[in-house]
Amino acid sequence: MKFIVCVKLTPDTEQLVDVQPKDIGAADLGVTMVLNPWDEFAVEEALQLVERFDGEAVVVTLGSTDATEALKRAVAMGVEEAVLLSDPAFEGSDAWGTAHILAQAIRKIGDYGLVLTGKQSVDGNSGMVGPGVAAKLGVPFVAGVAKVVDVTDDSATLLRALDEGMQTVKVKLPAVISVSKEINEPRYPNFMGIRKASRMQYPATGAGELPGLEKSQIGESAALLKWTNLRKPPARTGKCEIIAGASVAEQAANLADKLIAEKVI
Amino acid sequence: MSSILVYIDHFGGATKPVSWEILGKARELAGKLGTPVTAFVAGQNLADLASEAIACGADKMLVADGPAFAQFNVQALVAAFKAAIEVAQPRIILVPATAGARDVAALVACSLNIGMAADCQGLDLDDAGNLLAERPVFSGNIITTVVFNGPIQMATVRARSFPLPAADSSRAGVIVPLVVSVPGDTEEVLSFEVTETGELAVENAGIIVSGGRGVKGPEGFAPIRDLAKVLGGAVGASRAAVDAGWIPYPHQVGQTGKSVRPDLYIACGISGAIQHLAGMSGAKVIVSINKDKDAPIFTVARYGIVGDLFDVVPALTTAFKAKLGR
Repeated sequence: MKFIVCVKLTPDTEQLVDVQPKDIGAADLGVTMVLNPWDEFAVEEALQLVERFDGEAVVVTLGSTDATEALKRAVAMGVEEAVLLSDPAFEGSDAWGTAHILAQAIRKIGDYGLVLTGKQSVDGNSGMVGPGVAAKLGVPFVAGVAKVVDVTDDSATLLRALDEGMQTVKVKLPAVISVSKEINEPRYPNFMGIRKASRMQYPATGAGELPGLEKSQIGESAALLKWTNLRKPPARTGKCEIIAGASVAEQAANLADKLIAEKVI
Repeated sequence: MSSILVYIDHFGGATKPVSWEILGKARELAGKLGTPVTAFVAGQNLADLASEAIACGADKMLVADGPAFAQFNVQALVAAFKAAIEVAQPRIILVPATAGARDVAALVACSLNIGMAADCQGLDLDDAGNLLAERPVFSGNIITTVVFNGPIQMATVRARSFPLPAADSSRAGVIVPLVVSVPGDTEEVLSFEVTETGELAVENAGIIVSGGRGVKGPEGFAPIRDLAKVLGGAVGASRAAVDAGWIPYPHQVGQTGKSVRPDLYIACGISGAIQHLAGMSGAKVIVSINKDKDAPIFTVARYGIVGDLFDVVPALTTAFKAKLGR
């Protein structure tokens, strides 16, 4: 059984603040790009599932050849097989187009039990590609998995984090899950892993190599939505007023007065 | 006839406030479009909730009621939501961006090929009556207005994006049972352990008192909780405090936690890492209490007190108790 992880190359979270609206959609955002931090949990979980239940971990990404960097990180962590999906025909796909491409790639890889994704990407933030892949594959989807309790040949028992509590749910396999950060502690790649990742070849798989891919469902022309008017959030204006007072009690009382006057209490 | 369809999310019949917030917004948009508002809910024993939805702005309430919906079950909810869409024939669909509902929405939207914008915080209509959805991307560092290219437009919406509508019990509306055939058995809920403590969730709170590394330990959250209680607010935390195991993850505010938009955010012993600011800089008023006058949190705060939170926070609690008579 294969555990397939879908990952994305995204900006380093320290540098998200430096991304400029004019650069979005450009080939180079001008910031350091890394494996999406949410996806590290999914990669780690796939590796642990292989250790617990046997099988094989496969990592898949969609993007330009730069996206190889995301695959490299996963391989350095210990994933055996990596698939780069790259083709000009894929560019501009929305979440559902992306989900269709990934679903067809997953079908081609075959013998999949669980498909794992992170909660969301730190750039698109939608969390829609995971459920999209499940919908395209026609298999169950479980979001926010905090623990994989058990995996058998045809089922998985999972702990699903909801706002009000933890649910234990059993789904038929194959299935798609998104994992939450509570699920594990992602490992750091070791030297051997990094060397292996740097020596591995990452040939691109294009649209022509994905059987059943519907060209009408992918690319910018099929996108059902478009980001317009990209802008920075309104800057917080004004300087911070440091509240003075002869004592802590007086400072606190002065602050309380200010906040009551602001009508936020 | 086309309509606006609103998904009402609840837990055991207790409606999540964001459901009413988006119902109120749907009412406003429907007024501009001249279309009715249809609401949808799935669960068990929902008669009270259905009447409340009418009072809050629904013209028609589609209710999928039965044991299949007693637990959160994606397969059952997807089937029910699809049935609701079939009945309502909506041009716009609004769904709370809550854990659970957001995934049901995405599964349904993808399988029906409906364009969807996630985690929106503003909604409007263009001249042709198409939805314009404002949402943060790049973890709150960029805002975009999503435009749609399709006849049906769906958005999931964050809590506190719109005010709660005033309930009007004299409003007329119809409650219609929704017949759903739940297919197959690919998903079985085995058990559910409630962890909800009755505390106000940060995403629904108008006031948040939040603690960071400076809180120093689990017991350090006691004064934070006391202040939150006096203010009727929620307790938040930075990633540092959550990773240290001082407070559970649902309290975490920031890029890897919740994004919040309270009226007042009081950051106690939080330095203000970029990742934390991404989750709370939408607050109307930010207050920082920190020993380090150079902490980055002071660059986004409107008010600050430079001092030890263990002195300042209890003093604030005392001050508010006296001034608010609580």
